[in-house]
Amino acid sequence: MLSRTADHLFWMSRYIERAENTARMLNVSYETSLLPQSATAAQAGWEGILSISELLPSYLALYKNINARDVMAFMVSDADNPSSIVSCLSAARENARAVRGTLTTEVWETQNQTWLEVNRMLRSGEFERDPGQFFEWVKFRSHLSRGVTLGTMLMDEAQHFMRLGTFLERADNTARLLDVKFHAMNNDYFGSPMEGEAGEAEYDFYHWSAILRSVSGLEVYRKVYRNVIKPERVAELLILRPDMPRSLHASLNEVMANLTLVSPEAGSNTLRHAGKLRAELAYGRIDEILATGLHAYLTQFLDQVNALGGHISREFLLPQVA
Amino acid sequence: MRQFDEMYARLPEGTDVGQVRPHYEAYARWLAAQDPQVMQARREEAEVIFRRVGITFAVYGEKDDGSGTERLIPFDLIPRIIPAHEWTRMEAGLVQRVNALNRFIHDIYHKQEILKAGVIPREQIERNAQFRPEMVGVDVPNQIYSHISGIDIVRAPDADGHGEYYVLEDNLRVPSGVSYMLEDRKMMMRLFPDLFSQHRVAPVAHYPDLLLETLRASSPTTTAEPTVVVLTPGMHNSAYFEHAFLAQQMGVELVEGQDLFVKDQFVYMRTTRGPKRVDVIYRRVDDDFLDPMVFRSTSTLGCAGLMAAYKAGHVAICNAVGTGVADDKSIYPYVPDMIEFYLGEKPILKNVPTYQCRKSEDLQYTLAHLKDLVVKEVHGAGGYGMLVGPAATKAEIEQFRAALLANPEGYIAQPTLSLSSCPTFVDSGVAPRHIDLRPFVLSGRTVQMVPGGLTRVALKEGSLVVNSSQGGGTKDTWILQN
Repeated sequence: MLSRTADHLFWMSRYIERAENTARMLNVSYETSLLPQSATAAQAGWEGILSISELLPSYLALYKNINARDVMAFMVSDADNPSSIVSCLSAARENARAVRGTLTTEVWETQNQTWLEVNRMLRSGEFERDPGQFFEWVKFRSHLSRGVTLGTMLMDEAQHFMRLGTFLERADNTARLLDVKFHAMNNDYFGSPMEGEAGEAEYDFYHWSAILRSVSGLEVYRKVYRNVIKPERVAELLILRPDMPRSLHASLNEVMANLTLVSPEAGSNTLRHAGKLRAELAYGRIDEILATGLHAYLTQFLDQVNALGGHISREFLLPQVA
Repeated sequence: MRQFDEMYARLPEGTDVGQVRPHYEAYARWLAAQDPQVMQARREEAEVIFRRVGITFAVYGEKDDGSGTERLIPFDLIPRIIPAHEWTRMEAGLVQRVNALNRFIHDIYHKQEILKAGVIPREQIERNAQFRPEMVGVDVPNQIYSHISGIDIVRAPDADGHGEYYVLEDNLRVPSGVSYMLEDRKMMMRLFPDLFSQHRVAPVAHYPDLLLETLRASSPTTTAEPTVVVLTPGMHNSAYFEHAFLAQQMGVELVEGQDLFVKDQFVYMRTTRGPKRVDVIYRRVDDDFLDPMVFRSTSTLGCAGLMAAYKAGHVAICNAVGTGVADDKSIYPYVPDMIEFYLGEKPILKNVPTYQCRKSEDLQYTLAHLKDLVVKEVHGAGGYGMLVGPAATKAEIEQFRAALLANPEGYIAQPTLSLSSCPTFVDSGVAPRHIDLRPFVLSGRTVQMVPGGLTRVALKEGSLVVNSSQGGGTKDTWILQN
C-alpha cells in the first residue's frame, strides 16, 4: 500500500487512542475532585494531568492558576492545544478523510460522526453540563472505532498499520500515566493521610484505585490478585502482565504482532527494536524494576517507544526513495 | 419569455392542477399521495445522511466557521425524468460528438487537417492558451484524448413550445460531478424504494466499472494487469470526495503528487513494500500542475518527469494533456463543423447559437443586445466571469461593455436560453426551478455511458446558474425504460 496511506492510518489510530486516554485521565481526576481533599492536593492532581502530556508550560502561558475548570477546558475543547480531545478527534478525522477510500464505509462514518458529534457537544455546552458523561462518550467512540475496524476491515496491511498505531500510542500513554502517578505518591497528593495503619490503607486505596479505574483495571486487579491494593502490584499489573489489555507488555505484544505482519523480511531493523523492547517486558520482574527506580525505568521505556515510532516512520511511512 | 417545464405541459396555478406530461404521470400520482410532513422529514434525513457520509465539497475563499469549509450540495427529492426515446437520441448524439472531439484533438496535435481545410481559423488554435505545443506529434493509446467527457446539455422551448436539447458546453479536462449522480441515486433508493418498484428506472451504479474498463483499455503497456491510480490534488480540493470515492469504487490507489516519482522515464508510487510501477493515471489535476519540469515550475501537485515518461509511452494520462484546446468556448462554435468534417455526419445534438466577439459583426451585435444575451469568458468555468443580461443591473452591463471592448477575443455571447424547469422542493413548497444535465461519456475501446447523468438545479427563483459554487443543487436523473 502507499506509504502515505499507511502513515494516515497509523496516525488516525494514534489520535483516537490518545483522545481516549486523555478522557480516561481527566475523568478520574474529575471524579477524584468530588472526594474531600485539600486545595493543594486538588491542584497537584490537575498539575499531574498537564505534566503527563508535557503541557504545563503552554498551559501556564494561557492561565494564571491551575484549577479543574481551566485544565478541563484546555485539555478538552481548546482547538489550539494539539493534545486536547477535540484536536485529537479532529486530527483523527482529517487523517481518515485523507484515506477515506481505504477505509470501509463504516470505519469512515464512525470517524466522521465522532467529529461531527464532538463539535456539536462542545458548542451546545453538553460537556460543561456533565463532564463525566462526555468522557464516557469519548471512551466509547474509541471502543467503537477499534471494533468497527476489526469487524469490517480486510485483515491486510491497512488494518495492521491501524492496530500498530493504536498499541504504540497505548504503550506510551500507560507509561506516562504510571510515571506521573507514582511520582505524585511522593507528593501530598491526597492531603495528609490519617495516622496509623488504617490511614495508610485508605490513602493507598484511593490513590491506586483511581489509577486502576483510569485504565479500566480495578476489577481486573481484584480478579488477578484477590488481595488489597498495593503499589507494587499495580505497577506489575500495568507494566508486566501480558493479559492486562492496557499494560505495556500487552501493548508491545500487539505492536510486535502487527509489525511482523507488515515487515517484508525478518531482518527489519524496526522489528529488532520492537523485539528487544518486548523481551524486556516479557522477562522483567517487578522487584528488579522497582529496585532500579520506577521513574528511571519508565523514562527509558518512553524514550524507546519514541525511537520505535521513528523507526516505523522511516521504514514504512515516509521512506526516502527516489 | 416562453417556458418549458419537464413535468408539466401546463404548470399548476391557483386552483388549476396543471397538466402533467405522460412520462411524469405515475410520479405525479405518487407525489400527490405523499404527506408533506413526511417529505419534509425525508429531506432532513437526506441531509443528515449526506453529512454523516461526508459527501461534501470545499468552497474556495470561505472562512472557516467551525464547521469547516466543507459544504453539502443541496439534494432535491423530485427526480428529473427523461423518457427512453429522448435518451436514445441524446446518447447517439453524445457518442457522435465525443468521437468527433477526440478526432479533432488528435488532428490538432498531428496533421492539422481541419486547419488546412480552412474549417477552423489557424490562429484560433495557435493563440489558444490551452493548446499544448508539448503534445505535438505525441501518440497516445487508441488515439483517445478525452477518456471522460462531461457534456453539459440544457433544454429550451422552440417556437412551438416543444423542448429542444442543446449542448451548452463540452468539459474535456477534468469534468466532475459523477459521484453526485451515483450518490443521488443511492439516496433516492434509500428514501423511496417504493418509487423504484413503480418505475423502470435505468440503473447507473455500474459507472465505476465502466470507468475502470475505460482506464485499463488506455494502458500503453502490454501488461495484462495494468496498475491504475487516481491522482488528486489532495483533500483540500473541492472535488476531493469524488476522487476518493472513485478510487475506492474502482479499488485502485488514490495518490497525490508526493506519492509518485519518475525513474528512467517510468512512473512509480512509494509503497510500504518499496516502489511500484504505475501504468495509468486518472488525473484530477489540471495540465498546468502535472509536471513542474514542463508546466508550472512551482507546482507540488504533480510529479517531476511525468511528461517525459508520458511522451516515451510508458504511462497513460487520462484525460490526455492538451484536451483543453477542444473544450474552450472559442472552439465550441466549431463542433458541429468538426462532426461533419471528421465523421461526414449531420450533428444529432444542437449547439446554442454563438456570437464570437472576435468577429467585428458579432461584437457589434453583442454590444447592441447586451441586456438580452449571456456573455461568457472564453476560458471561464464554474459560473464565474459571466453576464446574464436579463438579470443584470445597468452598472453590471456597462462594466461588461468596457471589458468586451478592451478584449473582444476573450468573450462569446449567446442568446439567453430559458433553461427548462423542473418542480423542486423550496422553502415555500414545490416550485419550478431551472435545470441542466451533465452526462458522463467514457471513451475507451468503445464510447459508452450510463443512462442519464447529473442534473443540476438552480435553487434561487428565476436563476439560470446551476453551478454548485453558486448555490446550485442536484437531482436524481431517471431514464425510464420502455
